Amino acid sequence: MSVRKTLATTKRVLKQLSHDPRSLALVLLVPLLLITLLRYVFDGQPQLFNSLAPMILGIFPLLFMFLITSIATLRERTSGTLDRLMTEPISKGDLIFGYALAFSLVGFVQACLASLVTLGLLDVSVMGGTVPVIITAVFASFLGTTLGLFVSAFARNEFQAVQLVMPIIMPQVLLCGLFVARDQMATVLQWLADVFPVTYAVDAMTQVSRHANWTGELTRDLIVIGGCGVAALVLGAATIRRQE
Amino acid sequence: METAVNIQRVSVLLGKRFRALDNVSVSLPQGKIIGFIGPSGAGKTTLIRSIVGRQKLASGSIDIFDMPAGSKRLRRMVSYMTQEASVYSDLTVTQNLEYFATMLGLDRSAIKPEVARLLQTVDLQTQKNQLVENLSGGQKQRVSLAIALIGNPRLLVLDEPTVGLDPLLREELWSLFRRLTGEGATLIVSSHVMDEAERCDELVLIRNGQLLAQGSPKQLCEQTGTHSVEQSFLKLIGENK
Repeated sequence: MSVRKTLATTKRVLKQLSHDPRSLALVLLVPLLLITLLRYVFDGQPQLFNSLAPMILGIFPLLFMFLITSIATLRERTSGTLDRLMTEPISKGDLIFGYALAFSLVGFVQACLASLVTLGLLDVSVMGGTVPVIITAVFASFLGTTLGLFVSAFARNEFQAVQLVMPIIMPQVLLCGLFVARDQMATVLQWLADVFPVTYAVDAMTQVSRHANWTGELTRDLIVIGGCGVAALVLGAATIRRQE
Repeated sequence: METAVNIQRVSVLLGKRFRALDNVSVSLPQGKIIGFIGPSGAGKTTLIRSIVGRQKLASGSIDIFDMPAGSKRLRRMVSYMTQEASVYSDLTVTQNLEYFATMLGLDRSAIKPEVARLLQTVDLQTQKNQLVENLSGGQKQRVSLAIALIGNPRLLVLDEPTVGLDPLLREELWSLFRRLTGEGATLIVSSHVMDEAERCDELVLIRNGQLLAQGSPKQLCEQTGTHSVEQSFLKLIGENK
């Protein structure tokens, strides 16, 4: 692997995004609008919104980064550019890590914006403070990015890539504890929730909002999220083959 | 004459059943323009992908400059231009060239002059800061070609490089190809257009995944007693039925 080639890939992906301001605006601004919308949906129950909003901050970055990364890497696979790169003197890591870094940076900006709007303008209060919220949101967006990278290997076109959100992300969102506390779900679903990575992103946000200090459970959650992200990266690299 | 590419009894399966290449053996000389000629679906692209190391072989072997195809050291010497213009449409021409030059491992200081040289070679200087998606089909094709020319590769493998180009541009590209072989490079060019075949030094005729014939256009005509590559191709198909 080469740092120079990895960074060149990161720069290239960011340049591509910068030529598509509409996509960039959709990624960065839509989460803010949706959270604001939710604030007024729960206009009569500010307490409930206060407990939901941090969880949403764990889910949105993941969802958005999953979508944008899976489409972007699918394009690379289908446009012939991957074909070309695989005959050049690069390692797969130069490509995969370049992508992961580029989209994690976008995820970082998105997570910061969403967290600041939610905590600053929408008056959501968390015991743990702003920084742990942002850190958790960044971890969640990293996981979304790496899952998107990996899953794009199973889509043949952009239509399929978008559809994959439903079987891959939706079940995780349904079971993560956002709608119903996990201990009230059927036992089998609780087991499932225990192995779904999104659960840990939501759990981490719950930890931050309920505890003033950094808890051991928060550390565990972030390790799980990061570990799943790295695993998805490795699997993603394995789906790119030099020889087909 | 030195051999650039040595293909020995190569077979390729696509999917489980389809035999895209069937026991193909052919040896290609250095410093020449070699044409892979055959109807679409004949196996030209599969043979090309095998040479650049992207295609898994069911059996047989391919050596390039005495190294197995796809090996690490070859990645700097062999360049590949796919059939569709494989470029980033949401980057400018210059950004595309700079990225691929970096990935190829060119020195930082060498990239700028190299990009300028290539823009001139493919005549895209006035379009250099335009997004590729706003270019015409022929211009996109030339961006793709320019990427294949980065760093003066020893072997250029170009899949249908002149498709969709106007006659004037095709003429210019062929003189560029000629110039490259003059500098010692070897070119493999696939085409299903027979009038392009006449311009190659050496032809490899392929049909249904099999090698039909190999030789210079003149040799093929003499061998079949015809006056054009097209006629000899048709005659060879008739004999093989």
